[in-house]
Amino acid sequence: MKLTHEERAMLAGEMSEPVRWAIDHQLKVGRMFDAVDLVPVSQSHMMADPESVGDAGVDFMERLADQGARVAIPMITDPRGVDLDYYRPLGQTEEMADIDRRTIAACERMGILMTNTCINYQTVMSPVLGDHVAFGDTGVVIYTNSVCGARSNYEGGPSALAAGLTGRTPRYGLHLDERRRATRRFRVEAQPRELTDWGVLGAVIGRRAGSYWEVPFIEGIDVVPTSDDLKHFGAAMASYGSIPLFHIEGITPEAPSADAIGADALDIERVTEADLDALRSGFGSPGDKVDVVVFAAPQLSLVEMQQLARYSEGKRFVSPVIVCTSPQVYADAMRMKLVEALEAAGAKVLQGTCFYNQYAREIGEANGWTRLLSNSAKIVNILGGYGYQPALASMQRCVDSAMAGEIV
Amino acid sequence: MINLKCHVGIGPRVEGEALVADDNFSARYDLDRINGVFSRPQHKLAGQSYVDRILVLNTAKGGVASAWMLHEMKSRGIAPKAILFNAANTILAQGAALADMTMCDRFVDGDVTTLIRTGDRLVVDPEAGLVTITNR
Repeated sequence: MKLTHEERAMLAGEMSEPVRWAIDHQLKVGRMFDAVDLVPVSQSHMMADPESVGDAGVDFMERLADQGARVAIPMITDPRGVDLDYYRPLGQTEEMADIDRRTIAACERMGILMTNTCINYQTVMSPVLGDHVAFGDTGVVIYTNSVCGARSNYEGGPSALAAGLTGRTPRYGLHLDERRRATRRFRVEAQPRELTDWGVLGAVIGRRAGSYWEVPFIEGIDVVPTSDDLKHFGAAMASYGSIPLFHIEGITPEAPSADAIGADALDIERVTEADLDALRSGFGSPGDKVDVVVFAAPQLSLVEMQQLARYSEGKRFVSPVIVCTSPQVYADAMRMKLVEALEAAGAKVLQGTCFYNQYAREIGEANGWTRLLSNSAKIVNILGGYGYQPALASMQRCVDSAMAGEIV
Repeated sequence: MINLKCHVGIGPRVEGEALVADDNFSARYDLDRINGVFSRPQHKLAGQSYVDRILVLNTAKGGVASAWMLHEMKSRGIAPKAILFNAANTILAQGAALADMTMCDRFVDGDVTTLIRTGDRLVVDPEAGLVTITNR
């Protein structure tokens, strides 16, 4: 790979040992994906939930901090595995909380901003068209690439950390123009109306396209979606298909038209109401009992918090209800009494976590929860692998079901 | 001796015994990482130990979290010696780089899960992009 004078000094260990580790890591990854050089990035975002990091990962981060590691660019974090204000009632252990406490301490010593959010594009600093960034969390990456028109690969925790330390990332994949051209063309024939519809549509397209190197171009959408709509759409597409980038004709910045992004020559694949129904049919039906209702994946925006609070006003939940949001939104939602409204109905609002990466398996076992209901197409996909029987319904129906103790 | 050319990979040169399946790999959902066996019942290697084997599989699945997991597995000594894929994904390659675990993909001669058989003795040289089957 072609290195600048400064990068060669990093590799020679002239900056610090953490920077040498970081650039060495990036060169290994870059060579595997034929990167020609490194590209400067403006931000980094790291997934480091304790469940995946483990003791070894925390030891590793503590060692870097001991060696004086300091991030070179603004670096933020994905949700934590434990809400330190509320974990024992969920059946989470002191050991789990300790891994998180150590991770937080190590990250803070390195100058990392503990945003603990997977909706940083709504709450922290949204990247702009053409911005190169190093983001973790598949939902964050697909939104950043598609809706913002910024450029990021899926950067796992170690690689996001490396990018934070060097201020660069290997230039491969989505950093390159040619990898952002459309490879599949979908015509949507059933209009999404609310968040879960968007999630289901994303899931269907993700499952069909099904690879990190496919770029779906989508036409036939007759509404202008909100940021929350596209958040659920992208998160589901990434979850079902490992897709890091989509284009919607006339909506996303790189696709004013099919020919602008190379989709005009592609065969059209139809997405029909029947396709969406087929996906939904795998996730519960009216009358099924509900052990727990979860609103998460991605964390709720302030607007979603308000919507949910309105639906919940004056209600009383029979089933446990868990709501996950970012610490940034949580503070606002407290001030605006949305948390109060939700908790008065019997919900619990968690901050800085997201249900599926906060030891979902152990929480389920501790509380006897298997039949989980959510409005997130992403979470129902993931939690099947964690011993749950997940069901999917709109936000309104989730609220009504939580009152009835079964899917209505 | 059979030489199989692949893309330049990650990690040190290693020797070991192959464990092969025409299936995919998710560190998060397919494995019992404590006991070192494939645990998802639907996986073609369900019940088999992956410890110190050279896994040969189709592709890598799973989200960003799995990048930490190879490192965590290797730190406890309950890990595969290497993983060969038809196509690795970016996350698992990053995970291999952190763990210093050998990983190669993109084999010139076709589907690596049919080119290599379970029980084959392999030498994997990621630097050269070369896997050698020494017992045939």
